[in-house]
Amino acid sequence: DGELMFQQVPLVEIDGMKLVQTRAILSYIAGRYNLYGKDLKERALIDMYVEGITDLMQMILMFPFLPPEAKEKNLESIKEKATNRYFPVFEKALKQHGQDFLVGNKFSWADVQLTEAILAVEEKIPAVLSAFPQLQAFKTRMSNMPTIKKFLQPGSPRKPPPDEHYVQTVRKILKI
Amino acid sequence: MAGKPKLHYTNGRGKMESIRWLLAAAGVEFEEEFIEKKEDLEKIRNDGSLLFQQVPMVEIDGMKMVQTRAILSYIAGKYNLYGKDLKERAWIDMYVEGTTDLMGMIMILPLQPADTKAKHLALIIERATTRYFPVYEKALKDHGHDYLVGNKLSWADIHLLEAILMAEECKADILSAFPLLQAFKGRISNVPTIKKFLQPGSKRKPQPDEKYIANVRKIFNV
Repeated sequence: DGELMFQQVPLVEIDGMKLVQTRAILSYIAGRYNLYGKDLKERALIDMYVEGITDLMQMILMFPFLPPEAKEKNLESIKEKATNRYFPVFEKALKQHGQDFLVGNKFSWADVQLTEAILAVEEKIPAVLSAFPQLQAFKTRMSNMPTIKKFLQPGSPRKPPPDEHYVQTVRKILKI
Repeated sequence: MAGKPKLHYTNGRGKMESIRWLLAAAGVEFEEEFIEKKEDLEKIRNDGSLLFQQVPMVEIDGMKMVQTRAILSYIAGKYNLYGKDLKERAWIDMYVEGTTDLMGMIMILPLQPADTKAKHLALIIERATTRYFPVYEKALKDHGHDYLVGNKLSWADIHLLEAILMAEECKADILSAFPLLQAFKGRISNVPTIKKFLQPGSKRKPQPDEKYIANVRKIFNV
């Protein structure tokens, strides 16, 4: 019925718009709710961090749809990328400025995205933060922020990790 | 005042080309340092210049920016090519994501194995003509303005022109069913900064050839 600009979901109806394209939706929400830094340069740093985290999350997203024989190798790849490429960047950032939040000493989209990524990777690799004390403290801090704490409790709209049934349903709907 | 932006990438289109387009359209002169062999990439990885060990990387305004979208968003914001408010920015973001998906398909075409190339090309043409171009044709038709968003030149227009030209390289008459996009192409190509970028001698890069692809495979292990 013409609701999906590029025939794809996610679609979010918000403020009279039918927004598609995940990044466009996230950027809009971040801007609207003051989670996008105070100026262009802070926004640039948030964008860089978010894009990196998105690349890592993409690996997690694709994982359930891989053939069984590719899964173990892919899991190794996720672990390697998380511990060698992505997490060290955020560990270093937090260590260098010593502040509670990644950018501008203020809660932003980057903090939310990183928290989500940490929890998603931990579901696959429970000890993944063992070499990252700053990130461990960050995870605790973020998890205790009232709105996030609420989202992490049962009964929130947060979705569980995909199970076989979900994967089959998605394959059928999206024909993949 | 900082010097000119400096682009770090191979001497070809890839993911840096959209950044070259946007800077050129904004009238911003830039410098380039080309990665010609693996050692060049290793060097900027080892000296800490690459936040996630990847290129594109653009030195701009005292930052070493990485991640294509982050770089493009920054340039668009800085040079007033990102709409007048949050909602216009959302529209520009949506449109740009679509052209990014299309150009992404075209970008990887030369890397496809020979036996799937024809199929991949067919998919590009199908997606361009049934999923992407109709959206922009309709947008232009609905508001009747010269530009996609807010009756003003924006990143979305520049990105769409780049995508149109790339798609035409795949199939010369790919715009045959899209009269408004044909007119759009003519109009945006004539914006003075863009017209200059489309002329020989500019920093616009040619289509990848076999030699370039072989070198890219070596440098990036793909």
